[in-house]
Amino acid sequence: MTVLFFIAAAVAVISTVLVITRSNLVHALLYLVVSLFAVAVVFFTLGAPFVAALEVIVYAGAIMMLFVFAVMLLNVHADAPPRLTWSAWAGPLVLVAVLLAELVYGIGLSNQALDDAIVGPRQVSRALFGPYVLGVELASMLLLAALVGARHISAQPDDGAPEEGSGEGDDGAGAEEGED
Amino acid sequence: MAAVSLDYGLVLAAVLFAIGFVGLLTRRNLIVVLACIEIMLNAAGLAFVVAGARWGKADGQVMFLFVLAMAAAEVAVGLALAIRFRQTMGRLDVDSADEMKG
Repeated sequence: MTVLFFIAAAVAVISTVLVITRSNLVHALLYLVVSLFAVAVVFFTLGAPFVAALEVIVYAGAIMMLFVFAVMLLNVHADAPPRLTWSAWAGPLVLVAVLLAELVYGIGLSNQALDDAIVGPRQVSRALFGPYVLGVELASMLLLAALVGARHISAQPDDGAPEEGSGEGDDGAGAEEGED
Repeated sequence: MAAVSLDYGLVLAAVLFAIGFVGLLTRRNLIVVLACIEIMLNAAGLAFVVAGARWGKADGQVMFLFVLAMAAAEVAVGLALAIRFRQTMGRLDVDSADEMKG
């Protein structure tokens, strides 16, 4: 398990360095996805499989999806080359291959080695809805405030009554009927 | 997995946090700045999980869940701000926001 931890830590550090050194924004974000996967493997080796799954689902899934949508919406990669070259393939391919090899190896040894020090979803849930239930309520209020705040910030400044019903597609559409 | 000592995990968290901080200070693209903040929050959550795994308690993972919710809220507001920034300034360079205009 220590070997898995160090390999995943090396992948995390290398991909995070590549995040802050790439000039292409999309490449940087995809290296960040690789970095989050590597940190998920680190969580798994630390005996926290629930948090590892949440790292993949929420961080690498939802949050990075928000980033990629923002990049698409802002159209900041209009000057990028249209086709990925082999040099752009090489880095992510090597890092993800290392993580895949770790995954296959971890599946092989999961029966005898993974069962002793795991803090599983049951214990996490008992703690989360026991002594930390006030924090859960505060987190829900924080997420609601962020939802309202993001909607308010990204709305056009001159549409006094934003029309409802079309969700996130109405930001660029209803900007003409402002009356101040 | 108890063989992974506390020191190595905390060193990894510190290294990831430092890399994110360097990127936050050096990059001028607003999206990359937000990504670096995500790296730093993730490193802080990693420190929580490492400490929780050291003593076999679930509290570290609970704290990571709170960090996760906070990161999701932060990135939603931050990307909305980035979109407004792009519409106002015409580009994503954070140095172009060095003037306060009423």
